[in-house]
Amino acid sequence: MSLLTLDHMKTDIGQYAVLHDVSLTVPEGGVFVLLGRNGAGKTTTLRSIMGLWNASPGSVKFRGQDITQLHTAEIAKLGIAYVPENMGIFGTLTVDENLVLAADKGRIDPVRLKRIHELFPALERFRDKKAWSLSGGQKQMLSVARAIMEPRELILIDEPTKGLAPAIVDSMGEAFREIGQDSTILLVEQNFNFARKLGRDMAVIDDGRVVHQGSMEAFAADTGLQDRLLGLAM
Amino acid sequence: MMNQTQTTGALTIKLIVLAIGALLLFAPFLFQDVRSLEVAARICIFIVLVASYDLLIGYTGIVSFAHTMFFGFGAYGAAILLKGMGPGWIPVILGALAGVGVSLVFAIAIGLLSLRVKAIFFAMITLAAASVVLVLVSQMSGLTGGEDGITYKAPDLFKPATKLLTDDEGKVVRLWDVRLNGKLAAYYFVFATSLILFLLMLRFTTSPLGTVLKAIRENEQRAEAIGYRVVAYRTFVFCLSATMASLAGTIYAVWLKYTGPDTALSFAIMIDILLMVVIGGMGTMWGAVIGAVLLVLAQYYLRDLMGAASEAMAGIPVLPNLLAADRWLFWLGIIFILLVYFFPKGIAGTAMDKGAAK
Repeated sequence: MSLLTLDHMKTDIGQYAVLHDVSLTVPEGGVFVLLGRNGAGKTTTLRSIMGLWNASPGSVKFRGQDITQLHTAEIAKLGIAYVPENMGIFGTLTVDENLVLAADKGRIDPVRLKRIHELFPALERFRDKKAWSLSGGQKQMLSVARAIMEPRELILIDEPTKGLAPAIVDSMGEAFREIGQDSTILLVEQNFNFARKLGRDMAVIDDGRVVHQGSMEAFAADTGLQDRLLGLAM
Repeated sequence: MMNQTQTTGALTIKLIVLAIGALLLFAPFLFQDVRSLEVAARICIFIVLVASYDLLIGYTGIVSFAHTMFFGFGAYGAAILLKGMGPGWIPVILGALAGVGVSLVFAIAIGLLSLRVKAIFFAMITLAAASVVLVLVSQMSGLTGGEDGITYKAPDLFKPATKLLTDDEGKVVRLWDVRLNGKLAAYYFVFATSLILFLLMLRFTTSPLGTVLKAIRENEQRAEAIGYRVVAYRTFVFCLSATMASLAGTIYAVWLKYTGPDTALSFAIMIDILLMVVIGGMGTMWGAVIGAVLLVLAQYYLRDLMGAASEAMAGIPVLPNLLAADRWLFWLGIIFILLVYFFPKGIAGTAMDKGAAK
């Protein structure tokens, strides 16, 4: 069953048309990877799903409900979390305060917090530190942790490995694998080696259009297709 | 759960504020003259007024020029009813409620209509609203006393002739040479109500709701992406801030026993609030205390201080002229520029950053 459906979505930013025709079906469960070159429209796709950019014409359906015209906050309340490219943490708040923000009615579920601390032990160690003082990897952990503070059906994650050390990328991958057991992850990623280990399904976006959708296994096996769509041979 | 990272600077600021609180508590006994009591009461009221403005500008980034309008609604609410119904607690309470009611109506209307627009347009809309109210109050002389304002009597408890405690001969009791009369009761009314309102606002900023506001201030879109309707929260804070300003206005009206455009609605008060919040430090609440104390003290005593300095420097060329009492506003401006230069986040804001955990 599809969890999220994008139907001929078009998004303009100011006078520039960034997404021309994005149609995509994200099935429920696991990690769905959205690949593409720089500037292909991956981030705009995620922001359009969240209502941060207006998708018009076209539609975004979540569990069959049209959410195209909903306000960002309402979309978030439906159970969609967003981890933006620039991590999206609140630097002036402490680690715990960042987590409280995402907790329902400001009350943290201790069981969930324990799980988050197991996934990201650094967040327990630095819980009273201001978020701006964390390292890049810790900030990314905090951003992901905030997205799973409450049960979410869909988590949109934008380039989580960008600029991170390989060891942190590995632990992030482990975390995503575990989170993917309870929630569906729509992952935008340029690091193909990272993405291929996680993704069950995938799509490639180029110049604001979805040019390929299928299983990650098949795509990973077809180097010719990878070269053509992602320019990996370069 | 939400332990704040304490810095040495933060601790110092809190201790200074505590010391200011103690001085204000014992002000009638420590500074036994009418002017000092006037200054202490004005500081108490301005702490509430500036803190309520800090809720807006410091915690959500909203710039409003209508804060004195809400202060005026509270002051005029009490003034009109005290004048019409005579001295008593019922007109004070009804006046406070009326002031808060009118403030909320205006705050909701302005908030919902204009908090979606860019900050500069919102500021202009609040400026226009405040100007319209100021003109209306000046012209509706039948109700508001016009430019002359309204003079009235405070509740009997606050009359200087009221004896709070009497001795065997029926004379008013003195404590550390201070007469326990109605004036003292009026001061402690101002002090206690201001303290309660300030503590309520302080509690609010440390609540989860306060954390949401700080998040909105830092990045609106991120806050929305977590599920917070920014317009709704901003309107709520605007209403809360207006309510607090209105209550501060009521307290001021009861203390002053006079309400006019100059004391409750003028743009000079708005500028004072802005200076206090900038000097003290935005988004700290403690900054409101420091800013209010410094500016009110400067307004009341800088002139005298400069006069004394000018006399002491008699005989030295240029200096007596430069320090002449009439130039106090010039020196206040210089002090303000220096404060902004050396404390870019205000005194409390800059100090609280010192020694912050890296």
